[in-house]
Amino acid sequence: MSAASRPADVITVRGLRKSYGAHEVVRGIDLTVSRGEVFAFLGPNGAGKTTTVEILEGYRARSAGEVSVLGEDPAGAGREWRGRIGLVLQSCTMPAELSVRELVALYAGFYPAPRDIDETIDLVGLGGQADQRISSLSGGQVRRMEVALALIGDPELIFLDEPTTGFDPAARQNAWEVIANLKAIGKTIFLTTHYMDEAQRLADRVAVIAAGAIVAEGTPATLGGRDQARSIISFTLPAGAETAALPAALASDARVADGRVRLETDAPASTLHELTSWALARGDELTDLAVSRPTLEDVYLALTAEDVGESS
Amino acid sequence: MSEAALFSRQFRVDMLRFWRNTQSRYFTILLPIVFLVIFAAIFKGVTVVEGHVMKLTTFYVPGIMAMGLISASYVNLTQAVVTRREGGELKRLRGTPLPAAYVICSRAAVGVVIAVVMAVILLVIGNVAYGVPVPHALGALLVAIVVGAAAFACVGFAVSTVITTVEAAAPATNLTVLPLYFISGVFVPERQIPAFLRDIAEVFPIYHLARALREPFIEAHGGPFAAGDIAVLILWGVVSLAVAARRFRWTPSDES
Repeated sequence: MSAASRPADVITVRGLRKSYGAHEVVRGIDLTVSRGEVFAFLGPNGAGKTTTVEILEGYRARSAGEVSVLGEDPAGAGREWRGRIGLVLQSCTMPAELSVRELVALYAGFYPAPRDIDETIDLVGLGGQADQRISSLSGGQVRRMEVALALIGDPELIFLDEPTTGFDPAARQNAWEVIANLKAIGKTIFLTTHYMDEAQRLADRVAVIAAGAIVAEGTPATLGGRDQARSIISFTLPAGAETAALPAALASDARVADGRVRLETDAPASTLHELTSWALARGDELTDLAVSRPTLEDVYLALTAEDVGESS
Repeated sequence: MSEAALFSRQFRVDMLRFWRNTQSRYFTILLPIVFLVIFAAIFKGVTVVEGHVMKLTTFYVPGIMAMGLISASYVNLTQAVVTRREGGELKRLRGTPLPAAYVICSRAAVGVVIAVVMAVILLVIGNVAYGVPVPHALGALLVAIVVGAAAFACVGFAVSTVITTVEAAAPATNLTVLPLYFISGVFVPERQIPAFLRDIAEVFPIYHLARALREPFIEAHGGPFAAGDIAVLILWGVVSLAVAARRFRWTPSDES
């Protein structure tokens, strides 16, 4: 293994490339995931996200670069290595003829030191359905079943490829708790998702891939310079007031859209002070006054705006 | 868990899935039985097989046995493999430490075991309802069943590699067997089949399976072993296995 990997690194990727014919879908990416970390890998469909994940999982061969997952090259890794990882694939039908417990028990037998079967079923919230046939489960329940199968081998590293797609809000909260619990007991999680709130809530670190290249990497709070970004103050102009009536320092920055004024500022406290002093002097309350920061979603959309990804 | 236990558990679960699948139960278990009853009711009298007179009811027991065997080890297996591959189930299994060979061999073993069970059911019905004698050479019959089912399972794995959608699996498998049943001496005695059709049938394994299963029922032969036909079945199995080994995919066809 020539990739310079520290023991604390569960995944190390250097210069990874993947081409299909003349079309290069992954164009030289570097990634490092440390033990115990929840790493979220974000990107639009067609950006190379699933290709990258499947190379890490050992499903696809790479065209170039170095990859080490749990100290081995996934392209040649064997049975023992497979026993140390857990998978939730993007889409997978389950054996309709088996019950939840029968399938979890079957998978438990594949691994050298599996978790307790009923405890794992309870963990994903299927305790009440343990004896039901999989054909009778809802879509969200089947997805939770997949999470149970990913966990049953008690793996060190878990790949979750869009684990909560199709979940209702309650089921998503539930899944987030499961994932947070996994992190708490020291599992390393490689997560892909389309939901920015999911990445925000779960991830220690986030990387964004667009058009086959990593365009940003960082914590959810700092991604794309989010923490440095300007605050936005917005409000509706009081009846009869014009933008020109605002204090001079604000009027020059103000932009009006749909009757709302938007002010971008590096100094929210002083800007607000000036604005509210002005409003109070006029006897106005600015009842819909709002101060906002760019969300992870805003940053993500800005980062991936140029990548007109083909859907995969 | 020991390797033997790991395989036997996989096999038990595959058997359970076969049995709980409505389509498997009806098409693989019930349909051949219904066919035997219908053929025995419609066609009375005798035919001549390799110079020996044979009651038509006796002719139909190994014939329908061939149909049941093919249904279990080829039609049902191919459809199951395509469905599990296209749905992503095989891909998911490849992501576990379970060796690939266990997945393949377990499903093939289900085909062989169901073929043997079907043969027993048809033998019993034939004997009780129509007085068809149970062959003395049961060992030769069992060899023909096991070799035949294993060969057709290999053909199934090979054919599964050219079927790319779940929707195509049932028509493709049925289309490859139904016309051959008629010209291979399964539904119609061989001597009633025009020579040019029989020449076509001889190329394919169904003709040889029907002959190999029928041979022990020719009383005058005292239950010989249809070595030539068994050899053709083995050849089909080996060639199919080579094709399957080259072409078999674990991932859905729409994933490059």
